[in-house]
Amino acid sequence: MRLQYPTNIKIICLPCTGKVDLIHIMRAFEKGADGVYVAGCLEGTCQFNTGNMRARKRVEQAQKILEKIGIGGERVQMYHLSSSEAPRFVQIAEEMTEKIMALGPNPIKIAGKKKAA
Amino acid sequence: MIVAKQKDIEEIIEEVKDYNKILIAGCNECVTVCEAGGKKEVAVLASALRMYFMNQGKDVKIDEVTLERQCDHEYLEEIRKMIDQYDVVLSLACGVGVQFLAEKYISTPIVPGVDTCFMGVTEERGVWSERCQACGQCILARTAGICPVSRCAKRLFNGPCGGSTKGKCEIDKELDCAWQLIIDRLKELGRLDDYEQLTPIKDWSTERAGGPRKVVREDVRQ
Repeated sequence: MRLQYPTNIKIICLPCTGKVDLIHIMRAFEKGADGVYVAGCLEGTCQFNTGNMRARKRVEQAQKILEKIGIGGERVQMYHLSSSEAPRFVQIAEEMTEKIMALGPNPIKIAGKKKAA
Repeated sequence: MIVAKQKDIEEIIEEVKDYNKILIAGCNECVTVCEAGGKKEVAVLASALRMYFMNQGKDVKIDEVTLERQCDHEYLEEIRKMIDQYDVVLSLACGVGVQFLAEKYISTPIVPGVDTCFMGVTEERGVWSERCQACGQCILARTAGICPVSRCAKRLFNGPCGGSTKGKCEIDKELDCAWQLIIDRLKELGRLDDYEQLTPIKDWSTERAGGPRKVVREDVRQ
């Protein structure tokens, strides 16, 4: 459909969001990502039964940990959509970008710059 | 297996915040199964702590290692060459592992990362429950494989008590009455006559109440 979506998003393709592990989300933030979102299939439509629900649980775990260590739990989110819903994909990308812009950069990056200065 | 639960990260941070070189040591056995201290949990905790300290502007080296077990000499020896690089070892093994590490490496502080809870089973992923209290004198043959020491709130040997209601214990509606389970099981096995035989008074000296315990097998000692 050649729709435009924000350029600050790096897409990592997976066969199923069930493959996303907690450590992947954590490492993304450790390496400086400002936000992470996991876009999985609609509830009940996972080809592998529960992959998307497992991803949801892991995202919730990540939110708890990130909140406790001061990074901010809202920086990681789970979305469910069908792979054919291109406009929804764009909407999610824009929504997430807006949210992260409002939250500001990853605090680690700021702390790193302060140290270097 | 031994079931443990990872401590809250705030508590862990409190334990390690004064150190600059931390080694997080996991265990590949029980704590891996109960998802408290295995390789995955070590990686996640290490990442979380790194981010926490980076956020604080503190330069902390955090390394990860997962040993096969932390309750045997051979496995603990594996870190002998590297342990001096660290100010503290955060062990995610059960209490046994933490103590054994501390005994072996007396000049390095060892701090626990999990709370050791009990010996139990995995009922389903995410749900673990107690089954054994290591009383030292197993009577499971008489009670159809259900332990009254660990599963009966009063540890009765000739139960049930008067508080058993609809198969549940009087202290908690969710808790099964162990003696109800035992009787049901004996019935299924066609051994209800065993129930009529009184179990004699237990010798509690083999339990922890008798003091710290030791097992010595002279036949296998070298």
